[in-house]
Amino acid sequence: MRFMHYSEEEGCKVGANLLNNYGEAVAMVLFVIGFGNLMLQSNLIKKIIGLNIMDTAVYLFLAEKGYITGRAAPIVADGVQSAEAYINPVPSGLVLTGIVVSVSVSALMLSLTIRLYQRYHTLDLDEISLQLKKEGL
Amino acid sequence: MSRMKSEEEYRKTKAFHFFRWLSGEKDPYIGNLEMRPQKEYMRAEDSILDRMRESQMVMDKVYDTRHNRWLLLFRRFYRIMAVIFCIMLAGLLLFTVSYLPPTGNASNPDNNEVASRYIESGMQETGAVNIVTGMILTYRAFDTFGETNVLFIATCCVMIMLMVEDAELKKQEVMNDRRFEPKNDAILQGTAMVLVPVIFIFGIYIILNGHLSPGGGFSGGATIGAGMILYASAFSFKDTQRFFDEKVYKIAKISALCVYGLIGIYYYVTGANGIENHIPLGIPGHIVSAGIIFPINICVGLEVACTMYAFYALFRRGGL
Amino acid sequence: MSGQMELEFVQNFPCFSIMFCMFAGIISSAFKEKIARVLNIAVLTVNIILSAAVLLFTVRAGNYVYVMGKFPAPWGNELRIGVLEAGLALFFCVIMLLCLLGGRHKLVQEVEEGKQGLYYVLTDLMLSSLLALIYTNDLFTAYVFVEINTISACGLIMIRQNGRTIEAAVRYMIMSLLGSGLFLVGICMLYDLTGHLLMSNIQAEIGRIVAEGAYRPPLLVTIAIISVGLAIKSALFPFHAWLPDAYGYSTVSSAAVLSSLVSKGYIFLLFKIIYRVIGFDVFHDSKIVNMLFIFGLMGMVFGSLSAIKENDVRRMIAFSSVAQIGYIYMGIGMGTQVGMVASVFHVLSHAATKSLLFISAIGLTDVSGGSRKFIELTGSGYRNKCAGMAFSVGSLSMVGVPMFSGFISKLLFSQAAVQNEGKMLPTLIVLGISTILNAIYFMKTVIRIYTPVDDVEYPTVSWGENKIYAAVLLCFVALNVFLGICSQPIVDLIEKGLGMFA
Repeated sequence: MRFMHYSEEEGCKVGANLLNNYGEAVAMVLFVIGFGNLMLQSNLIKKIIGLNIMDTAVYLFLAEKGYITGRAAPIVADGVQSAEAYINPVPSGLVLTGIVVSVSVSALMLSLTIRLYQRYHTLDLDEISLQLKKEGL
Repeated sequence: MSRMKSEEEYRKTKAFHFFRWLSGEKDPYIGNLEMRPQKEYMRAEDSILDRMRESQMVMDKVYDTRHNRWLLLFRRFYRIMAVIFCIMLAGLLLFTVSYLPPTGNASNPDNNEVASRYIESGMQETGAVNIVTGMILTYRAFDTFGETNVLFIATCCVMIMLMVEDAELKKQEVMNDRRFEPKNDAILQGTAMVLVPVIFIFGIYIILNGHLSPGGGFSGGATIGAGMILYASAFSFKDTQRFFDEKVYKIAKISALCVYGLIGIYYYVTGANGIENHIPLGIPGHIVSAGIIFPINICVGLEVACTMYAFYALFRRGGL
Repeated sequence: MSGQMELEFVQNFPCFSIMFCMFAGIISSAFKEKIARVLNIAVLTVNIILSAAVLLFTVRAGNYVYVMGKFPAPWGNELRIGVLEAGLALFFCVIMLLCLLGGRHKLVQEVEEGKQGLYYVLTDLMLSSLLALIYTNDLFTAYVFVEINTISACGLIMIRQNGRTIEAAVRYMIMSLLGSGLFLVGICMLYDLTGHLLMSNIQAEIGRIVAEGAYRPPLLVTIAIISVGLAIKSALFPFHAWLPDAYGYSTVSSAAVLSSLVSKGYIFLLFKIIYRVIGFDVFHDSKIVNMLFIFGLMGMVFGSLSAIKENDVRRMIAFSSVAQIGYIYMGIGMGTQVGMVASVFHVLSHAATKSLLFISAIGLTDVSGGSRKFIELTGSGYRNKCAGMAFSVGSLSMVGVPMFSGFISKLLFSQAAVQNEGKMLPTLIVLGISTILNAIYFMKTVIRIYTPVDDVEYPTVSWGENKIYAAVLLCFVALNVFLGICSQPIVDLIEKGLGMFA
């Protein structure tokens, strides 16, 4: 692909920043673990846990993004207001929003799980589909 | 009528048909071109029973997940493909991470004029000492309003699912609830009596100090919600309903969201039209300062506390 | 702030319409069904008037930027309003009003007493999220409103509360959350590479990145992740498993609103990201268009094949939705401006036709004893003439008979295909196959509902019995015919809107 050729010509190697960005690498591995759980597990509670792992991984990624070595948290202390004294405040705001969304969605999924369990007495989504097909609604 | 042919032969010719159609005696389309009504055809009783038995056999065989060889093979194949897909996705994302700008570097693309203005002029323009709170509640106030509505609509959906309206079912839920929970547990009640006031005061402190230190409406509201949950667990719901029942919940939630919305819309419209909004910014560092951040924090805290408690009550008993 | 021009009062209307819907939703949650319904219809009517005024203004004066608050981009939040956005807002409001009015009598039957008011809260917030997705100029606002959209769509599916709908809602939430997770990771990576969250600023930065070449591999992967995330949420071909259950078993106004509006909201967000965040040329060069194109083609064929196998009329219509979304992605995948115009027109045409099909199908099943199987539906066109006629109009439009809107979309797609040498042959072949398949299952149904049956124990319903329902069907038919006949001004408006979209 055209993109790739250019980067190789300019000497940008794969893995140049992988060890330096180890926080983000761990975040991405956690994201895939959560993603896989949400998609592939048949137990509903495990799916919800996978969803939470996925969201937490995104917060870790954002927290890493905001960090700058040697600087303080963005609360104005002692009247110092120069941009070199504090880390980037934007990713922290994004994490706040993400946490609220994650809580709401988890609560919604859990209420759906309760209703399904009360009806079909199983937490396994495949079994529920099977029972529905046999009911033939 | 024809002179050369006989009557029977004439009736078979095209000319006869044409003149008959022309005179209007008989329309050749009626009875020929329309769809005929379908007649139900009767089948023998045995064949119907046979059919039903066969289809039941097929259903049993297809859904026989334990012994169906194809189904087992498909499942194994699906699992292997799924693991391969996840590994490929992980590899792709790690490949991307290796190209991203290095963490902690001060000259990253995202440390640009946006972040500098927030830090350098944040306190003067928003009045908040906590730059992050100033950012989400003044510069990007619309996002936070959307986020509060996410909580609101999640509560509505959980109410649709779990709220029990019928009086009989309500009584049954109450009975079910008390069957498994310990009633009047001494340790829990003693701890709650000491801790709950402290938690409430701490939560109010977090909400009010959102613009001066880490905190804000969301964290403070969650703390107050946790305090209410502790109180409801230790004592019965009847005690909690003395000061927080469904009516109080509705009034609190709707007024909090409406006040937030009104402040928001005033702020957006005056800002967009270039009109000066006469909201005082106050002195940074005082509690009553920071323009719109102070009332919005209170509204958000109230709403989050109501939401947390409503989730707990709906999950446990199907009603507030 | 000093450089701001004087805004006319009309220019405040988009902000008002979004906030109106949210206020209506918040206030309706306190009241019972009657007041909630009246408030809902009032809000929809007011929004139609406001959007029409904005549309007239933008046609006259061009697009403009509305700053939410005192601080301009890139520090504050922004809305950006043009011809395309205002036109789509007007259209979506009209369709939602007609869907809710048409499905109301079934809503009263199928949903519990105390929860009917909450249904209108959900639709109010769904409308506000659609309007915000249409107007916003900020990626993170788009993410927050995508979440509101997801949660309210889940609520719309599950309000009916039988086993099928709850399982469909769970499957919908799972697929949607996968898509949201990918979308959020894409936004975070894009922020990392460019440092901005406002769409216009991101585009400038991406232009710089492509020119300099420093961060190109992650940019490519980020574009792919965002596209795949939005494609999962709008039910592109391999990710459509939740769609038939969700549309087939929920209450009819939910099915109509979901099929016409919800997936279109995400597709419009994808349009915005292609034009305003990534840039049309960069997106075309990145070869992701080819993936979307292939999946669109496969969706067209597989959706229609699955629809032919169905024995249940509502699931058949739902599978046909899969095929139509494949059409839209095929149009995006062509990578030309003409293809995009065809996709936008198909968004309008599909929204109008699919809701018409769902609402008329409910009239047909009502006079067949509530059953949805084809054997019971035989002859129902004679028992409910209004619904039968509307269903036939919808089917003819889906197949692509001239004078209806479906014909114009197929015409526009073929024109776009002919202008693109590489993709012309597969597009035209698959368009032809898909039209034949559409004809098979739609015409089969139309013939079946007009086959007279001798002994009927089901009642015949006349026009006057449910006047609102008949009026809604007439409006839908009129809209469809209007899109089919007076299509040229609409296509011109779309082209003008896309021209100033970037």
